[in-house]
Amino acid sequence: MERVFFYFIAVAIIVFAFMAVTNRNMMRSIIYLLFVLIGVSSIYFMIEYNFLGAVQLTVYAGGIIILYINSIMLIEKIGTPMEKVKTVRKVVAGIISVFGLALTLFAIYSYPFQTVKSGNVTTVSQIGQALLGYGNNGYVLPFEVISILLLAAMVGAIMIAKTEKK
Amino acid sequence: MINGVSIYEILTLTSIMFFIGVYGFFTRKNLIAMLVSVELILNSAAVNFVIINKYMFPGKLGGDIFSIFIIAVAAAETALALAIIINLYRLIMSVKTKDLETMKY
Repeated sequence: MERVFFYFIAVAIIVFAFMAVTNRNMMRSIIYLLFVLIGVSSIYFMIEYNFLGAVQLTVYAGGIIILYINSIMLIEKIGTPMEKVKTVRKVVAGIISVFGLALTLFAIYSYPFQTVKSGNVTTVSQIGQALLGYGNNGYVLPFEVISILLLAAMVGAIMIAKTEKK
Repeated sequence: MINGVSIYEILTLTSIMFFIGVYGFFTRKNLIAMLVSVELILNSAAVNFVIINKYMFPGKLGGDIFSIFIIAVAAAETALALAIIINLYRLIMSVKTKDLETMKY
C-alpha cells in the first residue's frame, strides 16, 4: 500500500516538475511548483519526519509561493505567455540533463548503500535539543550562523527594495 | 523508512527532479522562471539529505537539521532575489535575461 502511494506521489512530482519548467504561463508554472512542493512534503510525512514536513508546507508552500505570486503580479500582466524557446536550446539542454541524469543514476546504482531498518520517530523536542545543544550531537553553531544570515538577508532586501527620494 | 521502497528508488526520484530543474535553468529566459528551477534543485537536495539520514543513520539528526537550514537559506535567497528582480524591473522595465547587461545602473 505504501509502495503504491509512493509511486503515485513520485509520478505526480515528476510530471508537475516538468510542467513547472516548460509551461509558458508564469502563474501556472508557479502553481505547478506548489504541487511539487506539496508532494515533497508528503514524502517527508511518509518517512515520519513530521516536523520537517510541516516546515516544508508552511515555509515553501505557504510563504515562498505567495512571495512569487505577489512579485509576478507586480511585474507582468497575468496571462501574457513567455516567448517560445528555440528548439536548438531545448535539445542542447535536454542532452546535457539526460547525460547528467545517466551519470548520476549510474553512480547511485553502482554504490552499495548499507541501509539500516529502524522504526524510531524523530520528535520535535529531539530536534529542538539538537538545534540548541553544543555537545556531541549539537548544532548550535550552524543555528547561529543561519540566524545571522536571515538578519542580513532581511536588511539587504529592505536596502535593495527601498526607493531613493529625488 | 517507507515499507517496500528502497533507497535507490527515492534517490532516482530526486535525481530526476534535480535534472528537470537543470533543464529548466538552461531553457528559461525569464528571471523568475529561472528561480523556480533553482527551487526545484534545492528541494531535491534537501530530500536527499533526509533520505540518506533516515535509511542509513536513523539514530542521528544531521540530515534533518541541515534540511531545515536548506529551507531557511532558500527562503532568504528567494526574498533577496525577488527584491533584486523587482528593483531591476523598475529600472529597465524587463525581467528577461537578454535585456540585462549590467546590474549597476
